[in-house]
Amino acid sequence: MTSPTKAGIRWHIVVFLAPAVLVYTAVMIYPLFATLRLSFYSEVDQNRLWVGLQNFRTLFGDAIWSEQFWNALANNAWFFLIHMLVQNPIGIALAAILSSPRLRFSAFYRSAIFIPTILSFVIVGFAWKLILSPIWGIAPGLLDAIGLKFLYQPWLGKEEYALTTLSLVSVWQYVGIPMMLIYAALLSIPDDILEAGECDGITGMAAFWKIKLPLILPSIGIISILTFVANFNAFDLIYAAQGALAGPDFSTDILGTFMYRTFFGFQLQLGDPHMGSTIASAMFVIILIGVCLYLFGIQRRLRNYQF
Amino acid sequence: MNTARRTSGTTVAAHAVLILYTIIALFPVFVILINSFKDRRAIFRDPLGLPNAETFSLIGYETVLKQGDFFLYFQNSMIVTVVSLFLILLFGAMAAFALAEYGFRGNTLMGLYLALGIMIPIRIGTVAILEMMVSTGLVNTLTALILVYTAQGLPLAVFILSEFMKGVSDDLKNAGRIDGLSEYKIFFRLVLPLVRPAMATVAVFNMIPIWNDLWFPLILAPAEEVKTLTLGSQVFIGQFVTDWNAVLSALSMAILPVMILYVIFSRQLIRGITSGAVK
Repeated sequence: MTSPTKAGIRWHIVVFLAPAVLVYTAVMIYPLFATLRLSFYSEVDQNRLWVGLQNFRTLFGDAIWSEQFWNALANNAWFFLIHMLVQNPIGIALAAILSSPRLRFSAFYRSAIFIPTILSFVIVGFAWKLILSPIWGIAPGLLDAIGLKFLYQPWLGKEEYALTTLSLVSVWQYVGIPMMLIYAALLSIPDDILEAGECDGITGMAAFWKIKLPLILPSIGIISILTFVANFNAFDLIYAAQGALAGPDFSTDILGTFMYRTFFGFQLQLGDPHMGSTIASAMFVIILIGVCLYLFGIQRRLRNYQF
Repeated sequence: MNTARRTSGTTVAAHAVLILYTIIALFPVFVILINSFKDRRAIFRDPLGLPNAETFSLIGYETVLKQGDFFLYFQNSMIVTVVSLFLILLFGAMAAFALAEYGFRGNTLMGLYLALGIMIPIRIGTVAILEMMVSTGLVNTLTALILVYTAQGLPLAVFILSEFMKGVSDDLKNAGRIDGLSEYKIFFRLVLPLVRPAMATVAVFNMIPIWNDLWFPLILAPAEEVKTLTLGSQVFIGQFVTDWNAVLSALSMAILPVMILYVIFSRQLIRGITSGAVK
């Protein structure tokens, strides 16, 4: 039945594939390329005209545009860096503790720590905005209780702290994901490997650093690329907490909010689909570079460690 | 003796770290929930206190229910999430079956084509999606959102489900064929019931991102009658920034449905993630 040499079209295959392929092509792949194509057009006298690389020249060459673009990109890079340096190590540490044998209540801890991950950015953004607000006083109150009140700042309102604060809020929300994936990877390490290590006197912390960590490197690689893709098209948290203008003074502007403002418009500025597409294309290239680096560089090398 | 003491010391330290982090994870949710049940004065005077007989108040919830159409938003979110999940599972399973079962020409290529969307976020194509929805008159309809979320969910669904379908025994399917079942019946009657656990995993993975999405409702369906709960609470809270009771109650009402879903599905979700389905 399944022999590929059978003559004629096997219509049931077409029927099985058609709905998924059609929806996926029409709503995902086609718009993706149509957006890339739109970045080579511009509106002149209400006509859509081919302008070649003009939009990209504006984005990178024009002082106002390029300043915004590099600001958003630099902010986005910082946003990603904080996730890599804070979220993933905390996630790995929690997973390592959770996976220790005979730990009681581990299912409870796991479910509780995962709760922020299921909440929407709108809830998370506003909840933290209220908690950090100088009007309500929960954050200063808590700092006061441990004698550190002088450290308090209206973090979301200050240019120099706002982006870092929001990155940490996002870290707080998403720690659950690396924790779960690493936890799964740690559980899949065969016991004989650890026992062999024990016979050689490698236990506790040493076992983690010398045996487990090298074995979960592929999972850390997956987490890194997932974080990268998620961070470089992030939008919701910044929009919910700081609005489309990503204040104060664009200090929390990232590529997602920059693209939204550009193509959809805000306040008095009209939306410009062509410049919006140009930014989307830049984001596409950035994500593509990241994914390719992962697939051809990191993942291939990590494969060597697998059993 | 020495080892035993060291082990119990390590256990205590492990619990201490986990309890500390659990508090960090739950504290903001807890603060929002308890304060939504207090009157305005108590919210500011004693933000960390539990509501008691004196400070208990439902004024925030009254404002929310009077001003915002939260039942409509909830219904919209429900429709979008349920229909999208249904389509992702149905279309995804059908395509996965075709890829896993039949060795046709271009099979690998088709698999790669469908897998492209796992890594490339659909948001990149937003400008063209919006133009398309405007030209087909689908803007400000729930259909637009359903189409987008279905397309977004399909790549991972096909990938996970076809891995599982490769594990379904050939003998069973061939027995069905000898009994004269059509390929469609083999799929719907024999194979689908067997991959139900994998379908549940796919459903749970897609459910939360669809329910929580702000981007597409904001761009494709911002009209009042098609607002989802996420967008509805965002707009509502934006309008009532200074009414703390209303904001806290709106936040609590937005948290509630997700928490209920989580309590129902958390075992499935955690099993899905830890079973390595994402790898």
